[in-house]
Amino acid sequence: MSKDTYSNLVNKNPIGRSVAGQLGLPKPEVLRRYQEGQDLLVGPAAVAGIGDAPVAASATAILKASGAVVMHATPATSYDARLGAIVFDATAARTLDQLDELRATVAPAIKKLGASGRLVVIGTTPAELGDAEAAATQQALEGITRSIGKELRRGATANLLWVDQDAQGDASVLAAPLRFLLSARSAYVDGQPVRVRAAEVPDVADWRHPLRGRVAVITGAARGIGAEIAKVFARAGATLILVDIPASGDALSKVANALGATALQLDVTSETAGARIAEAVARKGDKLDVMVHNAGITRDKLFVNTDENRWGSVLDVNLRAQFRINKTLLDPSVAGGLADGGRIIAVASISGIGGNRGQANYAASKAGVIGMVRQLSRNLADRQITVNAVAPGFIETEMTAKIPFATREVGRRLNSLLQGGRPGDVGEAIAFFAEPGSAGVTGQVLRVCGQSQLGA
Amino acid sequence: MTTTRDAYVLGGNRIPFVRSGGKYLKASNQDMLTSALDGLVSRFGLSGERLGEVAAGAVLKHSRDFNLARESVLGSHLSPTTPAYDVQQACGTGLEAAILVANKIALGQIDSGVAGGTDTTSDAPLAVNDSLRRTLMKVNYAKTPQQRISALAKIRPGQLAPDQPSNGEPRTGLSMGEHQAITTKEWGITREAQDELAAASHQHLAAAYERGFFDDLLTPYLGVTKDNNLRPDSTPEKLAKLKPVFGTGDDATMTAGNSTPLTDGASVVLLGSKEWADEHRITPLARFVDAETAAVDYVTGDESLLMAPPYAIARLLQRNDLTLQDFDFYEFHEAFASTVLCHLAALASEDFCKGKLGLDAALGEIDRDKLNVNGSSLAAGHPFAATGGRIVASTAKMLHELGSGRALISICAAGGNGVVAILEACE
Repeated sequence: MSKDTYSNLVNKNPIGRSVAGQLGLPKPEVLRRYQEGQDLLVGPAAVAGIGDAPVAASATAILKASGAVVMHATPATSYDARLGAIVFDATAARTLDQLDELRATVAPAIKKLGASGRLVVIGTTPAELGDAEAAATQQALEGITRSIGKELRRGATANLLWVDQDAQGDASVLAAPLRFLLSARSAYVDGQPVRVRAAEVPDVADWRHPLRGRVAVITGAARGIGAEIAKVFARAGATLILVDIPASGDALSKVANALGATALQLDVTSETAGARIAEAVARKGDKLDVMVHNAGITRDKLFVNTDENRWGSVLDVNLRAQFRINKTLLDPSVAGGLADGGRIIAVASISGIGGNRGQANYAASKAGVIGMVRQLSRNLADRQITVNAVAPGFIETEMTAKIPFATREVGRRLNSLLQGGRPGDVGEAIAFFAEPGSAGVTGQVLRVCGQSQLGA
Repeated sequence: MTTTRDAYVLGGNRIPFVRSGGKYLKASNQDMLTSALDGLVSRFGLSGERLGEVAAGAVLKHSRDFNLARESVLGSHLSPTTPAYDVQQACGTGLEAAILVANKIALGQIDSGVAGGTDTTSDAPLAVNDSLRRTLMKVNYAKTPQQRISALAKIRPGQLAPDQPSNGEPRTGLSMGEHQAITTKEWGITREAQDELAAASHQHLAAAYERGFFDDLLTPYLGVTKDNNLRPDSTPEKLAKLKPVFGTGDDATMTAGNSTPLTDGASVVLLGSKEWADEHRITPLARFVDAETAAVDYVTGDESLLMAPPYAIARLLQRNDLTLQDFDFYEFHEAFASTVLCHLAALASEDFCKGKLGLDAALGEIDRDKLNVNGSSLAAGHPFAATGGRIVASTAKMLHELGSGRALISICAAGGNGVVAILEACE
């Protein structure tokens, strides 16, 4: 992991702290991150809504079940203590006039939002609304949350949950997404909308170990983001099979043994990759519950100088291999294949959203991942398999440590949290998709980028 | 318990074998064996698990490694409650360890176990020579300072030369290569035949790597991902250019190319009962059928140092009511190309089989296409105690891939020992 010297200077060094304060230099907050057993929030949650706020009751129940203190907020509420979170139910908003209720209630609450606090706005999926003003009103929520995300300081984030109308009466489908966005697990997720659909959600008995009893495969797990995904999954209780190329077998073995996982040395591009994964799964359980496609390579070169090999190898590892492996795992007759109700999670990139100089091949593969996720989620809806992707922004890894200083600083600071994310932040987002409680979340690409302006 | 049950080879792991004095210069036997164990643990998800036992050893050992296997277990991710003991039977160590573990499983004394071996000639023990050692012991036992000083005063510069480990036979003073050179000449093994066998070993091993055969048999170590003795482009023509290193005179045939180099490495094999394998959802690769060890009198008798395996094979075949041709794979450890060729010649010789083995007829020829099909020690290298584990795991996987059949493993060892075993595919 690369070192953020500037952050350390203005946060930890007393002189650096005072100079930065006097000059008004930006001060990246040390973000609150999840530790096992941690409370959901650091302070009380203020809950409010528009109209009869049909989801507010569910949100309140979810918050209370997590142990959080909940207070009902109005424009007139005065806050004694720093808030841990604000949850605003705007699902009933159908007119532009109603949006002023959001402004009037949320603005005073934000002034009292504590460090690493959370604003979660809940809306109705705009595409479901026939009335143009209603759709506009709901779409406006995205502009509001994204803007507030950019204004919030001290590591606080603002995110949006768009809940389908037929899912709004079901607290169980909202619980996992809401908990995730409120928790420290979403430390580096900021300014993002997440759609929640109606789905059958199993009862969650143990929120600390939502993946207990689930078999998960993670590719590219020997180092970097993959190894961190593995750690998060292990913490959540998953039975893990970790995959990496044979040449990285020693690093893979160390990661696996430290987590009590199984190592599978495998080139994901080989014809037999899917079969060998299924075979390894069959040793650990009857079916695979979660497939995480994380393995990826870069072969950067300006587009005009990219040869066939650089072009092909990146597409092969980063995308084509996923199709081949999925094909095998989705065959219901394959022992160790993906279970109905299972999860496919891929790692995209903000390069795949915004493009990147010298990365036409990489961006092609990552944009392709996004296209695959959107369509495959529809194709597999009848098997209750969800398919999602995360799009990491600037993450502090060995890879980004090699980026030249100036470019690295731009990538690192050009986001609302003024810092790079950690590999574990990506792992948290992937583990969220993997949870049984996330059954209502599919076909989505969640950016883990601190609301980076790149590719936005 | 009076009945026996079947023991199975479930899998294996090794680190790449590396030529002595190279990439593993700073690795100790314990480092390498621990890494090999950890690779096995991660491959089968056994972290924290207690196995029945770990039996492993090394040929060249430091005195501090008196409990090498157990210390390696304690450094590994296996449960520290896994018992372990050291085994030592020269180059037969790895296979003998597998026999011991398989036998305990067969007797129901344990349900699972690991057999292994490791050796390094890069981190070999150097000892003070006997003369200096005696002097130092006197110093140690001295009671007064005067006695101590007078004992120390007896040290002479000549005593400071260390005792180096050698692969010479203590009772003949000849190195193994020198012994084999005599045997090679006796059996009339040609240079061409040796170079052909050596080139085939390299080509077979290279092809095995190419098709990913070792993906689940090997874990990289210290940045090495492949046996570095491997020469994929080796040919008999290239090997023919090397000068002989063992034997004397114009008819010397044994070169560095058709003899194994000193090598560092470690290997382990996972064995278990059917029940244990089922419990862990591990598909057994092969059944460990039977084994036999033989020894020859190369000191006062009329047999050659490395010729014990044919004796062991003959007894093993007889006990199992099999002929030499009843096998789909022959895994003959290539100490030297000529060792393998001498064994094959002996097995095919009526004189030898009748005269030495006491049989009615020759055991016959084997189908050479079934010999060392994925390469052997000439290409992979030969870290003495690690060779048995390499062969057992690879052979078991070959049988699993074939889905049927039987394999004969044969390893010659110092001191006139020979260890052989039969593996069979699982139904």
